[in-house]
Amino acid sequence: MAQVRVTVDGVVYADDVEPRTLLVHYLRERLGKTGTLVGCDTSNCGACTVHLNGQSVKSCSVLAVQVDGAEVTTIEGIARDGKLHPVQEAFNECHALQCGYCTPGMIMQSIDLLGDNPDPNEQEVREGIEGNLCRCTGYQNIVRAVQSAAEKMKPGAQADVQSPVSVAGGGD
Amino acid sequence: MIPSKFDYVKPSSVAEAITALRDGGDDAKILAGGQSLIPVLRLRLATPSVLIDLGGIPELRGIREDGDRIAIGAMTAYYDVIRDDLVKQHVRLLAQATETVADGQVRHRGTLGGSLAHADPAGDLGAVALALDAELVIAGADGTRTVPASEFFVDYFTTAIGEGEILTEIRFPKHTGWGSHYEKFNRTAQAWSMVAIAAAIRVEGGTIAEARVGLTNMGTTPIRATGVEQALVGQPATADAVRAAADHVTEGTSAPSDADAAADYREHLAKVLTGRAVLAAVG
Amino acid sequence: MTATAEPTVEFGKARPRKEDARLITGRSRYTDAITPSGTLHIAVVRSPLAHATITGVDKSEAEQAPGVVGVYTAADLGLEGVGLPCAWPVTPDMKAPQRPVLATGTVHFAGEGVAVIVARSPAEARDAADLVEIDYEPLDPVLDMEAALADGATLVHPDLGTNENATWVFDSGEAGTGTSVSDAISAAEADPDQVVVRRRFRQQRLIPAFMEPRSAVCDPTGEQITLYAATQVPHILRTMTTVTLGVPESKLRVIAPDVGGGFGGKIGVLPEEMLVVALAQKLGKPVKWSETRSESLLAAHHGRDQIQDITITAKKDGTVTGLDVKLLADMGAYLGLVGPGVPILGAFMFNAIYKFPAYRFTCTNVFTTKTLTDAYRGAGRPEATFAVERIMDELAVELGRDPMELREQNWIKHEEFPFTTVCGLTYDSGNYEQATQQAMELFDYAGLRREQEERRRNNDPVQLGIGISTFTEMCGLAPSRVLGSLSYGAGGWEAASIRMLATGKVEVITGASAHGQGHETAFSQIVADQLGVPFEDVEVLHGDTQISPKGLDTYGSRSLVVGGIAIVKAADKVIAKAKKIAAHLLEASEDDIEFAGGNFTVRGTDKGRSIQEIAFAAFMAHDYPEDMEPSLDSDAVYDPENFSFPHGTHLAAIEIDTETGHVDLRKYVCVDDIGNVVNPLIVEGQVHGGLAQGIAQALFEEANYDDQGTLVNGTFVDYTLPSAADLPSFDTRTVSTPATSNPLGVKGVGEAGTIASTPAIVNGVLDALRHLGVRDVEMPCTSQRVWRALQDAQGRSTQETPVDTHSPGAGLGSIDPNNPQGEVQ
Repeated sequence: MAQVRVTVDGVVYADDVEPRTLLVHYLRERLGKTGTLVGCDTSNCGACTVHLNGQSVKSCSVLAVQVDGAEVTTIEGIARDGKLHPVQEAFNECHALQCGYCTPGMIMQSIDLLGDNPDPNEQEVREGIEGNLCRCTGYQNIVRAVQSAAEKMKPGAQADVQSPVSVAGGGD
Repeated sequence: MIPSKFDYVKPSSVAEAITALRDGGDDAKILAGGQSLIPVLRLRLATPSVLIDLGGIPELRGIREDGDRIAIGAMTAYYDVIRDDLVKQHVRLLAQATETVADGQVRHRGTLGGSLAHADPAGDLGAVALALDAELVIAGADGTRTVPASEFFVDYFTTAIGEGEILTEIRFPKHTGWGSHYEKFNRTAQAWSMVAIAAAIRVEGGTIAEARVGLTNMGTTPIRATGVEQALVGQPATADAVRAAADHVTEGTSAPSDADAAADYREHLAKVLTGRAVLAAVG
Repeated sequence: MTATAEPTVEFGKARPRKEDARLITGRSRYTDAITPSGTLHIAVVRSPLAHATITGVDKSEAEQAPGVVGVYTAADLGLEGVGLPCAWPVTPDMKAPQRPVLATGTVHFAGEGVAVIVARSPAEARDAADLVEIDYEPLDPVLDMEAALADGATLVHPDLGTNENATWVFDSGEAGTGTSVSDAISAAEADPDQVVVRRRFRQQRLIPAFMEPRSAVCDPTGEQITLYAATQVPHILRTMTTVTLGVPESKLRVIAPDVGGGFGGKIGVLPEEMLVVALAQKLGKPVKWSETRSESLLAAHHGRDQIQDITITAKKDGTVTGLDVKLLADMGAYLGLVGPGVPILGAFMFNAIYKFPAYRFTCTNVFTTKTLTDAYRGAGRPEATFAVERIMDELAVELGRDPMELREQNWIKHEEFPFTTVCGLTYDSGNYEQATQQAMELFDYAGLRREQEERRRNNDPVQLGIGISTFTEMCGLAPSRVLGSLSYGAGGWEAASIRMLATGKVEVITGASAHGQGHETAFSQIVADQLGVPFEDVEVLHGDTQISPKGLDTYGSRSLVVGGIAIVKAADKVIAKAKKIAAHLLEASEDDIEFAGGNFTVRGTDKGRSIQEIAFAAFMAHDYPEDMEPSLDSDAVYDPENFSFPHGTHLAAIEIDTETGHVDLRKYVCVDDIGNVVNPLIVEGQVHGGLAQGIAQALFEEANYDDQGTLVNGTFVDYTLPSAADLPSFDTRTVSTPATSNPLGVKGVGEAGTIASTPAIVNGVLDALRHLGVRDVEMPCTSQRVWRALQDAQGRSTQETPVDTHSPGAGLGSIDPNNPQGEVQ
């Protein structure tokens, strides 16, 4: 067993984990963050995408022990004070999801993409989400949603910086 | 899927890592960015007894100028390589190739050193290291040694890194002012290279003065296309001259035949893509 | 009268979906998120061999592994005699092998389960699975359909005496729906003014690859056993679990919570689902199975996989005179729930929109030692559409005609509807001219033809092709009597209930089971209009056999066309009951009560009651008519009288880099006639996604086996789904000739894009290459296949592509699992 102390969606957790535990399984099974989903075992599908210290990563390709001391944000941590993140809103408005399984990863990657490139053209969006597979939408409305969110976020909206709040949940 | 059980150590210095590697024995594996290793562990294609995570060693990260070279720590993430001003200015080919690796999430975690040490012949960065005459710094119990890229790649997944050794730094000679291009051909955007060509070209007064060309996935290791390089030098930077030189690209290759492409198609692609890469590099 | 919000017309409104709220915030509930206290986890030990005799199973080491509760074979569980169901005996003499829950004696495909581990955690179950020692005596694999039918072939199931599952024939001459195709072919062969064109097409094997891997949890605590499953057919699963395991139907509750896509791939009754039920009963604890992606690609059913021999005859003026279709369809090792019927669903669609006077369809289903095949988006109809749209292009080439003109010459004209086809279906409505004209304008067909000419003239290294598909499909599965005539093991009706709650809210219960389609939104829109209540007040409940006890689930573009109409019928009954109470309360004759916009009014007065008031009155039951019960709640079961027949014109502009063979889809335009549209946003999404899947068949996806019968595309590294960067934006439009077979005039849209797009792409690829001597390119039209076709056309010989070989390099799928090597960092 190894110790991991990690801030997830603003809450600090300290847990013993087997070294082989993947971050995504830690999030789902220990912390109950079942909004983050697993779609493959080769890091192709991107359904498990979360932010690790502000950068998008595939949480199936990170060990839980590797995030010791880090900050993780999941799909469950991006709405603020009951208000959806503009990318979440845009996914709804533009019908960018059907079965919803790729959606959490798609949204987390889109937020990351907009952090690097606040005004992407269609091709840049397509390339920016190439690590996230969707089987329902044909991607067109996802691209539209990302560009629509970019418009909304233009006046310098901060996407994803979150400071930890007090220890709770499965914490120490 | 869930990996087999393993122990995990996270050394905080290279010396500690080398000790851990010695203590770990034959079944120890180095964990760099983990973007190839962790999926392999999940499929249980590898079952190491201990993972040595290099993520806790700050000295292995970062990019600095070192005289006429750019030195990049082995644990520097692709994302940081792509965005680094020194790399963009002096080793642009590396940034161009790195940008094509996998996808955005993987580029946040995956590392230059991890990719080179993994030595998958379909990996994109070996051809760049080879073409640009990079040097690889390898640390072991007896200190460090420097290996030229031309001697680094030995076979499929096999490099000059010996038992108990760790790749710590990659040094690229500056190619300031060179034109460069990485031409990658794959089945889908996310797929590995079927064939790719790394080209860096220096043109003087409309004539190709120097040429560096590396090949991805045309053999068991990355390959330097010296025949093409020699044929290019002294030629005008025109489409006809470049295409004629590109015909030399298959010399010394042993292209794989697999589900993606049979060897003859890879060889044909290599010719076409070399022409395109060089022409794009000379701009 | 209480004022209520003025109801607006919902039908046709582009409403963002109400189900999104939970899915975009991570408040979703897919099966893998359900883990009742004390849950045990299973891992299935699968055969690495395609065909082998099991000579020994040594469980001893696995049984001792940490966390292991038990290791079981079928015999250990008393399940040796249990066979998984096939609901579609397509012919009376169909050969149906028993599909076991776990293989006993012989394994018949690589990936078939042999033993199951039960452990306290998924990781421990997986660890122990590696410790089960199974000895196999290899048998020859059976991989090629034609070889499998030859005399002396190795038999997949020796007790059946043949590898032929069934041969199903439709002949319009014999059926009396048309003339004889044999006569048409003989006549054409003898007549210099006619042509006969024969082609063989290959429908490669595909994998549905829904994004949510399959999962099932059985909780045996409580009076009713509860089975949670990532399924698109909870009702069928309940009945079939009863049939298979003998659990009384009344003691079994099946819940399909959020389900992450299906596309036909979650229509089955799975061995793993039966295992979790049997094990949960045996052990008295919840038992859970969640597959990995590689398990899913290997063992979940595949789709397509046909060899199509097509013969078309026509007069030299272009009039078609006959169509003869001979299919071989690969069933894999066993029969899926509807597997043998999938190619038969295509039987009625090969003639498509064209007026063939003579038609014959012969399909032989074949067993091989591969993963079984079953429904995949379109199920039989994409295969049919591909063949007919490809052969129409081939005929146009043969006759030197523009392919669109030739189609128009032969299709059913809008004034000819309703039209009874050569296979006896009656197309109720359609207007192929309208959809085509609009599509050609949007596409700039004439302009692109000019550009194509220019590129050909200039010998441009990038050539342009224009691909056409003027498709139709049959939706709304299905009129029960038709299913009966095809020996299908169920009806095709759908059920609905509407409950008017005391507070004016409305619960709608549907037997359709959404897994991404947007039923909650679309059905709310329909009910809001029917009952005159606000959209927000409607709650749609589904996917739980205790809440929605009756239903036949979601597949075959049936949810709106059958399930939606059942809801309309239930709403009619609610209104009829409410009208009686309104008349009673308003002291008026029922004949004088009018209903509009959610209000019951007395004709010619300002007296009235809202439907919510009536619902409350019924709930209070203080004052209601003597001849009725105090309730507005109503049920309906709707059995459609006919299929519906959406159609459309799809046009693709394909650019081919002749130096590399790379195929680029530059432009895609489609105009679909799907009848009236409830929600254009949802329709657009269905079309986009359908197109992506159909295009993926044409360009990207295939499941291959090596000569030992091992699947070589066993991960997402090798089974190449297109990403956003591999597809363009599509220009999709709709026109409407309302269906006359249902009160909403709707036709269905779930499969249209997939059915239509594959031939449009391949026709475009060939149109770009034909002048260079290329006659055909097999799917998927990869750059390599295109390059090889170009080399062949120029008389240059090339190597065979070893489709079953991996290099050591290029990622994970390429590393030999039996010989992992190398320094991976």
